[in-house]
Amino acid sequence: MRDPSLFDYACRLGDDSLILGQRLSEWCGHAPMLEVDLSFANVGLDLIGQATHFLKLAGGAEGAGRDEDKLAFHRDVLDFKNCLLVEQPNGDFAQTMARQFLFSNYQELLFRQLCSSANLTIVAIAAKAVKEVAYHVRLANEWMVRLGDGTAESHARTVEGLDWMWRFADELFEVDSTVESLIASGVACDVRKLRSEWDARITKVLRDATLDVPKARRVTKGGRVGHHSEHLGHLLTEMQFLQRAYPDSQW
Amino acid sequence: MSKNWPLWEVFVRVKNGLSHRHAGSVHAADAKMALEAARDTYTRRMEGVSLWVVPSASIIASDPGDASELFEPAVDKVYRHPTFYSIPENVKNI
Repeated sequence: MRDPSLFDYACRLGDDSLILGQRLSEWCGHAPMLEVDLSFANVGLDLIGQATHFLKLAGGAEGAGRDEDKLAFHRDVLDFKNCLLVEQPNGDFAQTMARQFLFSNYQELLFRQLCSSANLTIVAIAAKAVKEVAYHVRLANEWMVRLGDGTAESHARTVEGLDWMWRFADELFEVDSTVESLIASGVACDVRKLRSEWDARITKVLRDATLDVPKARRVTKGGRVGHHSEHLGHLLTEMQFLQRAYPDSQW
Repeated sequence: MSKNWPLWEVFVRVKNGLSHRHAGSVHAADAKMALEAARDTYTRRMEGVSLWVVPSASIIASDPGDASELFEPAVDKVYRHPTFYSIPENVKNI
């Protein structure tokens, strides 16, 4: 059954997970320690798994015969609906962790709410994913404290990483007409209502990490309607290369 | 300070009722992180239901040089194996 709003919403959810999963997989073989390498890979795989489910749902709602692979590997950059935060470059370890920290805390609150969505497929995906994300939160929160309250260098790098990512946080809590209509039908989560709990969580961890909450600055957004930073195109070139060069090749 | 994080020994309980078994080791800055590294390294394929991590430095190991006095005396004590009585046929587990 065609449902353009649901298509849009499922793409947003799926693209957030897909793009962040791809970003984390860039660390594979490059992380500072074997243990960290594995933990990034695990988190990345969790996210790509979520993306598979959400994009499958999107394909069904679109009703144009595109499955999750078509949507992931044959869509152009302007058609991606992920938030700008997840496409930001990895930078150093602290910058990657700052991004994960902001996003996972948001995603856990979001998925908790989606467990009671009116769309049962979304409920099923969220119920499975919320456990994965609870661990991502735990990992990121612990790392933020250790980096922030670690050495002078790790502290300085974390301040910089957080500063890079902070301007993309507001976009997470934005609601536009697409989401508005789905909130009314009980399908989507009203992310505006998550903001105060997210703020409280972030503030607490940053306090433990001896880090200041970054100052509010000009908000950058547009990802939900396909206005992306230059970074996403480069990411997609790598991610989509194989399917673009050898369409429909099977693993 | 050493450049590397301390080493921790990881023990995994495969399922309830079984004991924790040594699975390997991880590097981590502290106990909490060691537990997370152990989770990510040793239970990603559903290998366990419980984890222990112990600082490797806390393990007191026997000296391989003492092996002859510690272990060899057991070699000819086969009577210590409980194999000298017959088990009734209808007993399945003992």
